[in-house]
Amino acid sequence: MTLAEPVSGPRRHLSALRGEAGALVFLLPLLLVFGLFSWWPIIRTVVMSFQTTNLVEPAHWVGLDNFREVLSDPLLPTAIKNTCYFALLAFVFGYPVPLVMAVIMSDLRRLRGVYTVLAYLPVVVPPAVAVLLWRVFYDAAPGGVFNTILGWIGIGPVPWLESAHVVMPSLVLEATWAAAGGTVIIYLAALVSVPPELYDAAEVDGAGILRKIRHVTMPHLRGIMLITLILQIIGTAQVFLEPYLFTDGGPDNSSLTVLLLIYNYAFGSTTGNSNYGDATALSLLLAATLAIMSLIYFRVTRSWSDS
Amino acid sequence: MSVDISSRPLVNAEAEAVAGTAGAGASRRARHRLESESRGFTSEFDRRRPAIRWARRAVQIALLIFLLIGALGPLLWLAKSAVTPTQDTLRHPMSIWPHGADWVNLKTAWVDLHLGRYFVNTLIIAFGSWATQMIVATTAGYALSILRPRYGRFLYAMVLATMFVPTVVLLVPLYLTVLDMPVAHVSLINTFWAAFLPAGASAFNVAIMKRFFDNLPTEIIEAARVDGAGDFRMFRSIVLPMSRPVLGVVSVFAVLAAWKDFIWPLIVLPDPSKQPLSVRLPALSQTTELDIFLAALLISTSIPIVFFLIFQRFFLRGGGLDGAVKG
Repeated sequence: MTLAEPVSGPRRHLSALRGEAGALVFLLPLLLVFGLFSWWPIIRTVVMSFQTTNLVEPAHWVGLDNFREVLSDPLLPTAIKNTCYFALLAFVFGYPVPLVMAVIMSDLRRLRGVYTVLAYLPVVVPPAVAVLLWRVFYDAAPGGVFNTILGWIGIGPVPWLESAHVVMPSLVLEATWAAAGGTVIIYLAALVSVPPELYDAAEVDGAGILRKIRHVTMPHLRGIMLITLILQIIGTAQVFLEPYLFTDGGPDNSSLTVLLLIYNYAFGSTTGNSNYGDATALSLLLAATLAIMSLIYFRVTRSWSDS
Repeated sequence: MSVDISSRPLVNAEAEAVAGTAGAGASRRARHRLESESRGFTSEFDRRRPAIRWARRAVQIALLIFLLIGALGPLLWLAKSAVTPTQDTLRHPMSIWPHGADWVNLKTAWVDLHLGRYFVNTLIIAFGSWATQMIVATTAGYALSILRPRYGRFLYAMVLATMFVPTVVLLVPLYLTVLDMPVAHVSLINTFWAAFLPAGASAFNVAIMKRFFDNLPTEIIEAARVDGAGDFRMFRSIVLPMSRPVLGVVSVFAVLAAWKDFIWPLIVLPDPSKQPLSVRLPALSQTTELDIFLAALLISTSIPIVFFLIFQRFFLRGGGLDGAVKG
């Protein structure tokens, strides 16, 4: 048996070079697609937020004018308030639901598959279809679907989408229906990995079911709960589809969200006078806010888990 | 665009989960054993006590009823009302066919609303989106994980960095890019390319592929290399066939995401004859009678539901790849 000839300097160099070139061929799709549709638009966002772009005249620099304009728009405080309200409602009503469902489902032995498929079903429905269907449910007339059901127990009729006070809870209810199943799956995946010994040990120490849930199940979920919380906040801060399709921001701007405002700057103008500069400036501000919030959040939670 | 941004920070944990459960080494039997070993918070002993047994059963049945009414209920109502005359739905929304079913609604919706055309548009966009995502993710994952060029780490960091930019921020600049493509100076507006090509820029997919390829047994790769397999041969005959589980997971999520996408096709496909179902339906709702419109909604939602029921294994294994909360 002959030993392989040691690869000498120049040859290794050559093969390494050829390897680099070969890799480049495989990286071509990545470079093209990310270059055109990710990296270039990211750079362009920053550039455009300092420019006036209307596709008719060449873009020109306007310094911080776009930011000034956006920040002095009287609709901005309304949009921020509505977005925060949506996020708060989604947290209060939407956050515990998948958690409770997943904890109960994790203790199922035989029918877990049926429960999981049922819980995930709404996630598969195209969001536009879901909203259009729920718009029928939310018919404000006494004979509307939800109002009929409420009528059985003597409540209502509720002006689901027509009242400035009820519209946001209505949107959150539909959004929770559409999204909860995805979160259930995340929690279930985490719960499968609870080491059985922990439950065994807790039982040896005489822990009842509720104490097992509190001291074994929940601590195991803490990490993933922090992640789903930040995901939910980031997701709800970008809520668009529900206000756009349900109410187009109404009634009286009571469901206008930040993203809907961005969309209206860029694409919503009836006069065809698109304000791309303002739209990118507000997008940048939204992204920066989310980034800062995530950063603070991870700082704070890390110091919690350290202590 | 069509991959939900909110899922991105999960990439590490989820990629590990996919790589772990669907990994090359883990046979189905091993996975099965793992699942049967995991247990809930009740023990044999707990379940033998009558009070606990009944309480546990009551909670589980309550959840089942909640799911049947809450999750399935709206869809069942849609299925019923799609074949109910409009007047019945308006007068008695909760009763079941007071004056008989109207099956012809489904045909009317398909023919008169030209759902077939929008259905084909949706299929083309979903297929294009799937193909783009697969090509980019597999080639990039292979190059970054197996070929490992010197600049690979830097490039991977650049890809991962895009995860921290919410899709929303890119909406306008991406639209302007598609309107006037760099270098070529052509507009892709009103072409299907505009609808599906940007979906390929998913850092999430690239990361999942790379991590999965990282976990492939090195002996096989090295053996193939010693046998003289070139880069392309190795990619096609060794790496791809060994990666079926992760290809399946990424595929089903790519197709579903394309089917669900709304805001991006709305912006780049203003021509109604090019629009997918989800973009076209809101416009149809204003000009269509309620029963026909509900039939259209039923048709549009039954396809992804059937797709899900067939491939549920991939969806549920993929965990929360689709994102915890939608934007």
